[in-house]
Amino acid sequence: MSAGHHTDTSDQSHAHHGVDHGSLRGYLTGFGLSVVLTAIPFWLVMTNALGNQMASAIAIMAFAVVQIIVHMVFFLHMNTRSESGWTMMALIFTLILVVIALTGSLWVMYHLNVNMMPSHDMSQIP
Amino acid sequence: MAHADTVIDDTIFHLEDDHGHAESGSSTMLGFWIYLMSDCLIFAMLFAVYGVLGGNYAAGPAPKDLFDLPLVALNTTMLLLSSITYGFAMLEMAKGRVKPMQVWLVITGLFGLAFLSIELYEFAHFIHEGATPQRSGFLSSFFTLVGTHGLHVTFGLVWLVVLMVQVSRYGLIAANQRRLMCLSMFWHFLDVIWIGVFTFVYLMGMLR
Repeated sequence: MSAGHHTDTSDQSHAHHGVDHGSLRGYLTGFGLSVVLTAIPFWLVMTNALGNQMASAIAIMAFAVVQIIVHMVFFLHMNTRSESGWTMMALIFTLILVVIALTGSLWVMYHLNVNMMPSHDMSQIP
Repeated sequence: MAHADTVIDDTIFHLEDDHGHAESGSSTMLGFWIYLMSDCLIFAMLFAVYGVLGGNYAAGPAPKDLFDLPLVALNTTMLLLSSITYGFAMLEMAKGRVKPMQVWLVITGLFGLAFLSIELYEFAHFIHEGATPQRSGFLSSFFTLVGTHGLHVTFGLVWLVVLMVQVSRYGLIAANQRRLMCLSMFWHFLDVIWIGVFTFVYLMGMLR
């Protein structure tokens, strides 16, 4: 992220067009955060520390979301400036599609499952 | 008339400017990012399939009977370490130092290979226990999702080896730098997908 790393590269264009090699500090910060954000969910599930499945599920999903953002920022060098914002635009568009596809599939298929499966009465049939 | 000429001149100037971007590889990076987003959609569909079918055990083994979390934790560590070592390689590339960069690439490749070996060992173990992809909807969708990620890592490794040969032959020319940056995005992207896999497939599976 700092300009110092670009000084001895051959072409100047890298600094202009937002192509970012990152910095040692950035990579180490991202790595440290990732280790913590990976270790805590594994620890939560392996020791059942919260004692409640729903709470554990919500917690590990929250950790996953934070870790994905950490990877995007520190490893993939996402920011609003690169390619004049087009990478961010593509990402937001993709996220909208992913949310529609995931929630739509799960919602529709869950209701199909509930409404169309032969239900509890099977055992009462003589 | 003079006014129209000015407009035309302006247009030509912008086209040449855009051409300059293509030479420096800037548009390649945006194009590759859009490819990654389309890849992200593939994985989103596979996650959706797993979300729908993941509970259909067909009286077969459930995640709790199969998954070995310490092994998954080890696998996650391998992929995370390969991500940071690739980052170190990119830092060496920015400094123009070929030798240390190649060393970091080799280390990245070894961590990637370790990840794949552990995953293949896990798959072989499941299949040996009778938990084949044909066994249940859960196992079909599990093998499809995790296998697709593994296939991506395999191709990433092939790409890594090809680029190491390219750099050793032609050095850090602009084209090779551009290719290495594309692979960097691909490799870190696979790590992001793996976060989803270990959270939604392995950890959530153990909670169910």
